[in-house]
Amino acid sequence: MADRGKALALPVTLLLVFEIWARSAHLHSDSLAPPSAVLAALWSAFADGAILTATRDTLMSAFAGLFLGGSIGLALGILLGLLQPVDRLMEVTIEAIRPIPSIALLPIALIALGFGYRMEIAIVSFACIWPVLILARAAVREIEPRLMEVARALKLSPADRVRKIVIPAALPRIFVAFRLAAGIALIVAVTVEIAINPIGLGAAIMAAQQGLQADLMLAYLIWIGLIGFGLNAGLNLMQGRLFGRAALVRDRT
Amino acid sequence: MTRPVIYWRIVSFVVAAAFVGLWQLIANLKLVSPVFLPGPDRAWASLVRGFTAGDLASKLLGTLEHMVYGWFLASVAGIALGALIGSSRTARSYVAPSLEFLRPLPVSAIIPVAIAMFGLTQTMALFVISFGAIWPMLLATIHGFAAVEPRLYEVARSLQMSRLAVIFKIALPSAAPDILAGMRLSLTVALILSVVCEILAGLDGLGHSVLLSARAFRSADLFAGVILLGVIGYLTSLMMSFAEARLLGYRRGVL
Repeated sequence: MADRGKALALPVTLLLVFEIWARSAHLHSDSLAPPSAVLAALWSAFADGAILTATRDTLMSAFAGLFLGGSIGLALGILLGLLQPVDRLMEVTIEAIRPIPSIALLPIALIALGFGYRMEIAIVSFACIWPVLILARAAVREIEPRLMEVARALKLSPADRVRKIVIPAALPRIFVAFRLAAGIALIVAVTVEIAINPIGLGAAIMAAQQGLQADLMLAYLIWIGLIGFGLNAGLNLMQGRLFGRAALVRDRT
Repeated sequence: MTRPVIYWRIVSFVVAAAFVGLWQLIANLKLVSPVFLPGPDRAWASLVRGFTAGDLASKLLGTLEHMVYGWFLASVAGIALGALIGSSRTARSYVAPSLEFLRPLPVSAIIPVAIAMFGLTQTMALFVISFGAIWPMLLATIHGFAAVEPRLYEVARSLQMSRLAVIFKIALPSAAPDILAGMRLSLTVALILSVVCEILAGLDGLGHSVLLSARAFRSADLFAGVILLGVIGYLTSLMMSFAEARLLGYRRGVL
C-alpha cells in the first residue's frame, strides 16, 4: 500500500501543481491546458463517439498488421529454426532487409496502396515480422532435443512434427514474441497515422493540434498512453496466467 | 572464421544476389507496374546520380544530423537522469512507477504536442527525437543501478567512497551492458523519429525527399532513398555491436 502511495505521489502532485498554476495564471496556450480541461475534453470526445471510432480504426489496423506480419514471421521463424542450412542461406538476405526502418516504407506503401487501412496494415506487418521471426527461430532452436528425437522415433510427418511438437514446446516464447510485436504494432500504427494516414487516433490528435485545441490534443495523448499501457498490462497478465514462469525464461531479448 | 563458415557466408551472399536478380526479372517483365517497382538497375542508377549530380549526400547528412544530435542528447540526459534516480532508493520508489507507466506510450504521439510548442522547426525535431530515444537508456540505467551487486555497495561504504565515485567506479560499469543495449535500441527509435519529423515538418533529409519522390511518382529515387535508410540502419547497428564488443570485451574474461 505504501508503495502504491509513493507511486502515485509524483504524478498527483505534478498534476495538482499544474492545475493550480494554470488557473491562477489564466493559461491560454496552444500547447498546454489544465488537467481539468483535458479531462472534460476527453469526456466530450467519448460522448460524441469520435474517440471510439478513432480507437477502433487504430486498433483494427494494428491487430490486422500484427496478425499478418506475425504469421509470416512465425512461419519463417519455425522454418529457419528447424532447418539450419536454410537459415544460413537466408542470413544475408534477412540481415539486409531487417534494418530498413518500417516508416521508410511509408512512401512506397502510399503510392502502391493509397491512403487508408491497407497501407497502414502493410507497414505494421513489415514491422511485426522481425521480432516474431527472431524470437520464434530462437525458441524453436532451443527446444529440448529429446522431444525432437521422440518425433523422429514416432515417424511424424513434418506437418505433424510442427503441429504436435514444435509449436506446443515453443508456445510460451512465441507468445512473448507476439506480446512484444503487439506493442510495436500499436506504435507503428499511431506513427503512420500521425505522419500521413488520415484515420485513427494519430490523425485525430494531429487534427486537434492543427485546430489549436490543446485540451483535446492532450486528451488524445493521454488516451493513447492508456491504450499502450492497457495493451501491455493485459498481455503481461495473460502471459502470466497462461504460461506462468515458462514464459519468463529469456524474456529480456 | 573457420572455412565452412566462410563458405556458408558466400553461398548466403549468392542467395541474396539471386533475390536481387529475381527483383530485376520481375521489373523487366513488368509483372508489377514500373511506377511502383523500379528494377534494382534503375534504383542503383538513381542512387549514383543522386550522389554525383544531385543532393542525396546533403539529404543523407541532414537525416544523420537529426538522428545523431537527438540520440546524443538523449544518451547524455538519459544516463545522467537515470544515474540520479537510480542511485537513490527513495527517488527510485517515487519516480520509477511513473516512468514504467509512460514507457508503453507510443512516443510519436508526442509529435503534435511538440509541434504546438515549437512549431515545424529543427527544435521540434530535436525534442521529439531525444524524447523518444531517452526511454530505453533512462530505464536501462535505473534498472542497471538497482541491480548492482549489493556487496559492491558495502565495499564502497567501507572504502568511504563518495557518491560520485560510487556512480563512476561501481554503478556505471556494472550497468554498462544494460545501458549499451538501451543505446542500440534508441538508435533505431531515433532514425524512425527523424524520418517522421522530416516528413511532417518538411525538414531537409531523406524522410522528406522520399516522400517528395513518392508524391511525384519517381519510384527509382524513392527506392534509392529507402535503400539508403536501410544502409543507415544497418551501419549504425553494426557500429553499436562493435562498440559493445570493445567496451564489454573484458567481461567475457571475467564471466
